[in-house]
Amino acid sequence: MSDALVTLDRVDMTYGGHGSGTGTKAVAGLTMAVDKGEFVAVVGPSGCGKSTLMKLVTGLHIPEAGAILVAGERVTKPVSIVGMAFQNPTMLPWRTTLDNVLLPLEIVKPHRTRLRTHKAEYVEKAERLLKLVGLEGFGDKYPWQLSGGMQQRANLCRALIHEPALLMLDEPFGALDAFTREELWCVIRDIHANTDVTIVLVTHDLREAVFLADRVLVMSARPGKVIVDRQVDFARPRDLDIMYERSFSDVVSELREHIAEARVKVGA
Amino acid sequence: MSDLTLSDEPDEQAVAAARAQAGVSPLLLAAMPWLVTLGFLLFWELAVRMLDVAQFILPAPSVIFEAIVKYWPAIWSNSLQTLYTTLLGFGLAIIFGLALGLAIGWSKAVYAGLYPLMIGFNAIPKVAVVPILVIWMGIGTGPAVVTAFLIAFFPIVVNVATGLATIEPESEDVLRALGASKFDVMWKVGIPRSMPYFFGSLKVAITLAFVGSVISETIAANSGLGHLMLAAQSQFNVPLVFAGLVMLAVEGIAMYAVMAWVEQRTTGWAHRGGNA
Repeated sequence: MSDALVTLDRVDMTYGGHGSGTGTKAVAGLTMAVDKGEFVAVVGPSGCGKSTLMKLVTGLHIPEAGAILVAGERVTKPVSIVGMAFQNPTMLPWRTTLDNVLLPLEIVKPHRTRLRTHKAEYVEKAERLLKLVGLEGFGDKYPWQLSGGMQQRANLCRALIHEPALLMLDEPFGALDAFTREELWCVIRDIHANTDVTIVLVTHDLREAVFLADRVLVMSARPGKVIVDRQVDFARPRDLDIMYERSFSDVVSELREHIAEARVKVGA
Repeated sequence: MSDLTLSDEPDEQAVAAARAQAGVSPLLLAAMPWLVTLGFLLFWELAVRMLDVAQFILPAPSVIFEAIVKYWPAIWSNSLQTLYTTLLGFGLAIIFGLALGLAIGWSKAVYAGLYPLMIGFNAIPKVAVVPILVIWMGIGTGPAVVTAFLIAFFPIVVNVATGLATIEPESEDVLRALGASKFDVMWKVGIPRSMPYFFGSLKVAITLAFVGSVISETIAANSGLGHLMLAAQSQFNVPLVFAGLVMLAVEGIAMYAVMAWVEQRTTGWAHRGGNA
């Protein structure tokens, strides 16, 4: 575990109540580690604190107890080596797609001071990314001129433009149709294969998790913690066809059982 | 499957009729406002003549028009005075409304602190404030400007604050996770986002500003359309009262059109599919 990029050690997080003990406990004793270059998927019943995990790792929330380390440093404020993408693409409608993709560079140092003087270089980089996700030539379109799938592609570009070491994805494909979703799975798979980026994918979709990830973490119902850590050993590069193989569905149904158990425990 | 084909003559006609109904010709659409206005005036004129309504109850449009021509110099100078006070008050409302709206949308504490006060101020009928303004500033331009300001200010504040307060949490998270300051988030997302709300509110605010200035002119002024109408009323010159109303309507429509045009030009992106 020496080259872990992200480490969470017995993390507790409660919403509301202001420490009076009346709030909702989102995660409790959450412990996990993600290695450099690894692709980890986090699955679990709804309301298990997956989105809390996103906010904790990016430094948007500071935990009540336990420690979070990203790139060897204790997280006490937002971590700019992280790129984020949510289910809702939240493109800014008054900016063209290209300007939306460039937005993080207007925030992150050292780019924010260099952006004006090195504009051409950055634009070229953004256009390379757009091409990578299949949006070549759409840079000057406004987001509302793009379909939902195209907006989500642009959203990925925006998350990647500042070359983050860690990419945090919160159900980015949840609202898309099945075909677009599979296409974007391959886009993410190729991005992971061609760069040394570390990816944490929060998802409800077990097939998505097993297809993409090196490791799948199953979280318990609220308050969430990791209850299963399942290695996924299919050889890379993976083809969409592996989803129709027996061994693939075995892993999926195994995970499904774990989640079913986690949900039963809540009901009891 | 041959019995599914439509060959009946009446059906074809029905389809043609439906088609005609679905698409209104753009020429007709452009002419409609004029046609309806003209029709309204014509109806008014005929009704007054046929029912023989007395002039001091309801003058016919032709009589009002005569009054406009007859008293044009007075109407013109008073119209300019009203326009001047209205625009001055409106301008102040923009400056302070924008500033306060940004402050309120920016900070929850400012919002919590000022909200009850704002509601209270807005609930006061502005006509009740004019006597106080007269004590402070004398009669005339001063109270008219301030009344226009007070009444136009509120919708601007509320709209700007709403635009800021309804930023999608994901947008804010994406930026804050990158280390964006509150100012960055406001500058990159909040302020552009609130602009359609702001420009939309200007259409409401300019109309209200006229209400404010005329109220004040009616109570305490030596000039302006409100004063003109009050003076005409005391002489039972009802056509002149109506001439004042017509001028107010004309100024109101003109300023509304200007604001609508500004809105279109500045925030075309918010009206998707238009000529953005």
